[in-house]
Amino acid sequence: MTESSVNKLLNGDSCRRTSNGLKTSKNGFVKNHCLLQQPHKYRRPRDKNPNVPHNPSLYKKPFVESFEETPLMVAVLTYMGYGILTIFGYLRDFLRQWNIEKRHIARERDEQKDFVPLYQDFENFYNRNLYIRIRDNWNRPVCSVPGPKMDLIERSTPNYNWTFEYTGRVLKDVLNLGSYNYLGFAENKGPCADAAIEATQAYGVGVGSTRCEMGNLDIHEELEQLVARFLGVESSMAFGMGFATNSMNIPALTGKGCLILSDELNHASLVLGARLSSSTIRVFKHNNMQSLEKLLRDAIVHGQPRTHRPWKKILIVVEGIYSMEGSIVRLPEIIALKKHYKAYLYLDEAHSIGALGPNGKGVVDYFGLDPKDVDIMMGTFTKSFGAAGGYIGGKKELIDYLRCHSHSAVYATSMSPPVAQQIITSMKIIMGEDGTTLGADRLRQLHENTTYFRRKLHDMGLIIYGNEDSPVIPMMLYMPAKIGAFGRQMLKKNIGIVGVGFPATPIIESRARFCVSAAHTREMLNTVTRTKFPRIQSNYSPIQRALTEE
Amino acid sequence: YTIIIYLSYPIYLSIMRGVLSSIMASGQQWVLVEMVQAFYEAPAYHLILEGILILWIIRLLFSKTYKLHETYKLTENEKEDLIEEWQPEPLVPTLSKDHPSLSYDIVTGSPSHKIIINGKECINFASFNFLGLLDNERVKQKALSSLKKYGVGTCGPRGFYGTFDVHLELESRLANFMQTEEAIIYSYGFATIASAIPAYSKRGDIIFVDEAACFSIQKGLQASRSFIKYFKHNDMKDLERLLKEQDLEDQKNPRKARVTRKFIVVEGLFINTADICPLPELVKLKYKYKVRIFLEESMSFGVLGEHGRGVTEHFGVNIDDIDLISANMENAVATVGGFCCGRSFVIDHQRLSGQGYCFSASLPPMLAAAAIEALNIMEEDPGNRSFFNDCLNVALCLCDRIPGLRLEGEPFAPALHLQLEKSSGSREADMKLLRSIIDYCLNRNVALTLARYLEKEERFLPTPSIRVVVTVQQTEEEIQKAVSCIVEAASVLLQ
Repeated sequence: MTESSVNKLLNGDSCRRTSNGLKTSKNGFVKNHCLLQQPHKYRRPRDKNPNVPHNPSLYKKPFVESFEETPLMVAVLTYMGYGILTIFGYLRDFLRQWNIEKRHIARERDEQKDFVPLYQDFENFYNRNLYIRIRDNWNRPVCSVPGPKMDLIERSTPNYNWTFEYTGRVLKDVLNLGSYNYLGFAENKGPCADAAIEATQAYGVGVGSTRCEMGNLDIHEELEQLVARFLGVESSMAFGMGFATNSMNIPALTGKGCLILSDELNHASLVLGARLSSSTIRVFKHNNMQSLEKLLRDAIVHGQPRTHRPWKKILIVVEGIYSMEGSIVRLPEIIALKKHYKAYLYLDEAHSIGALGPNGKGVVDYFGLDPKDVDIMMGTFTKSFGAAGGYIGGKKELIDYLRCHSHSAVYATSMSPPVAQQIITSMKIIMGEDGTTLGADRLRQLHENTTYFRRKLHDMGLIIYGNEDSPVIPMMLYMPAKIGAFGRQMLKKNIGIVGVGFPATPIIESRARFCVSAAHTREMLNTVTRTKFPRIQSNYSPIQRALTEE
Repeated sequence: YTIIIYLSYPIYLSIMRGVLSSIMASGQQWVLVEMVQAFYEAPAYHLILEGILILWIIRLLFSKTYKLHETYKLTENEKEDLIEEWQPEPLVPTLSKDHPSLSYDIVTGSPSHKIIINGKECINFASFNFLGLLDNERVKQKALSSLKKYGVGTCGPRGFYGTFDVHLELESRLANFMQTEEAIIYSYGFATIASAIPAYSKRGDIIFVDEAACFSIQKGLQASRSFIKYFKHNDMKDLERLLKEQDLEDQKNPRKARVTRKFIVVEGLFINTADICPLPELVKLKYKYKVRIFLEESMSFGVLGEHGRGVTEHFGVNIDDIDLISANMENAVATVGGFCCGRSFVIDHQRLSGQGYCFSASLPPMLAAAAIEALNIMEEDPGNRSFFNDCLNVALCLCDRIPGLRLEGEPFAPALHLQLEKSSGSREADMKLLRSIIDYCLNRNVALTLARYLEKEERFLPTPSIRVVVTVQQTEEEIQKAVSCIVEAASVLLQ
């Protein structure tokens, strides 16, 4: 019964949208000269659903994403919650100033009291009065493999999270729904670990030089050839840190007089890379193709600001799966736009590589597109491969250019050999080159787990965001205090989850995030849903409730 | 419009005069009735004209002075044509086939003391493996046992189940080793100082930097978007001049000065020049002008000072006088990653503001474990240091007499630069010449490397040089061999 209601909702949803899209296609395309159909003018301006497939023809299968609007009552309560927290924050700051309440925060050295303050006290208001109160939910120390179950070191605090003490006890077998271990390659046994052990014995752990100088090991070359083969691109290059792959390579690709069009929810590393490149940056609404197309048209028509010279090049920067929203990039539409407007596309597959697609090759594979249509394929090895670092794949000219001009290649130490080996082995397993179906099994398992868990949560009537195929599942909590309460309650039930709040999310959209892994069993996922999710009653979806009552 | 106003102005004045005089005529008292009467008395066309004028002035006041877009509103078809017409530059420019960085030398196996480059076994004078810990058996064993416990990756950033007990241990060990309150580790050496600088220095703040500062510092400066003032390399007078200038500026605008943070960023041992920074003088300037000091010690950590604590120990400067010390663990410690240390007041701020810390996956536990064991070795055997200094001195004496090449850097620096005495005038030709020396040595089993830079990106491009790295593993004999090899190469190729 519940299943049918899910379908009803989803179908009903997409029906409404498709008809919406079809209507516009009649005149929108011709009249506006836009490649993609424009939304109706009378649509609500702040629709929580920019993710409407306006161009169903571009998709080979249904593309269903849901971002249910925040219920009004909840929004009001959340703002009130922030209000109360702020008032109490000021009160406590006042008490601290007059030394009525003890200050736990580290102080400036006496000799340097007359220096300009290193950071403004006010800047830290949020940290001091909001974050600290619930910070026991983050940085929980792990002391085992971050696999489907992990061991956590127990912490206690004598002063409401200002300082932590280790009790010496270990919380055994906490169910791990926080690590990005999509394919379950975070293992200390098995072929990957064995290969990494061998690599450590053969190479040691360090390299002590850069790729350009004396740090280009044969294992790196092997890795890069494998990555290129895996992605289906001509050539690839691997880097020692995922974050730096973005922030140190975008500046090599664009510069002054270039335009970067960046999704508003892009990761900090992409934002940093764009800034360091000294190109002009314009931001489009999350996954909103109309917004992107408008920016593209305006950019080409009007050229650079003030000088009105044409842009040298335009780079669209998007991610595969957005880790805070669980949404998947609308790649078919972006590729259509990119081709029409002659822009270049930088796709960051940090979360999607390995986790999406029938062969685990990321969003390109998921949509059944040609990897050659994406100019720069970037991704990380941290998540699905259980290693560290990042890669860039693309045409041979691109990679050759990066080999000479990437900041990382010239100035940063190359990747540690055991890490490289872990990637090689896990990637071969995913590709089935080890002669087993282990990789295919994991991919299937991940997909099953994702669908199952998403459906379960949905059936419970919770508001969850994102695409139905995304293994990142944000569940809305809205109120900041609930992040703390929910995280602690779940830990009591031996389940480790991640809570995310402002500034990583919009201020009223605090959420809990589940990352499903292929290593999770059905039983484990059932344990989670069986907890009934204490203390989050108000987050049940009104739409869902109405449907079930029906 | 203005002409009309000029023309009508006398008329307007005359009306006003008429009105006013009629009011004044009625004596000193201001009577409303009389004013209204004056209006009646005035001729009708005057009033109408006046009314129009007033309306005109109001219109002029509120209308925009110019309209930019009205003049060229493009039609959809014109836009379409423009879009059709626009041709972007290629994503990357085409490279010349013989770009020096296009084909990397391939190292087979471990890049430790003995290294196999392009199939040839050589003595390694190129990797920053100062303390020879790269293939140290103890370090390997520790890394292996960690690997068997934790696997390779951490699958998350520090905040989201990416903090391991090994990380906490390494942080406290580093803090202990450096004798500071707190340390914070990053998963990549390059990202360490590049993230640390923008965590503190924001738009509007001022950073004084040595011209020879390494590339990761330059990137940190760029990310901070602060005002950057470069002083001449190791020139304290130049720095003081800049500080004085700033001081004068501050006196003019004390309100702004109260919120403008000021930093000096220097390297302990400069990687680009192999010089040491004059730390005691910097500390004096720090207190005189109330500027904070950030010190990047990637080259000196584990090398200088009796216990390997770096430049502070070398000069006997109180480590608390330096606000932040950062170093990577990729040189002396021979693993991957970097760390910052200092007082908790300073360091703790990075746990939420250091981008490379918050948003990046944490360091694989096995690499952290290797670093812990490396620290153990460094703590157990401080004798390492004296041996090391001897070693460097030998290298220096020998290096001094190579014809056509000049040695740059402090005698005790572990990574020295050999530059051409006479440049041929073109950078490219110089690089080629130096490369031929390196190839000559490679053929005779001595591995050296060119110091590589991104020529267009560096703020002050260093002169081309061969980098000679000295490690504890090199024997007297091997050093002799390397030096004679370089001498030979130089005398053959530089004539």
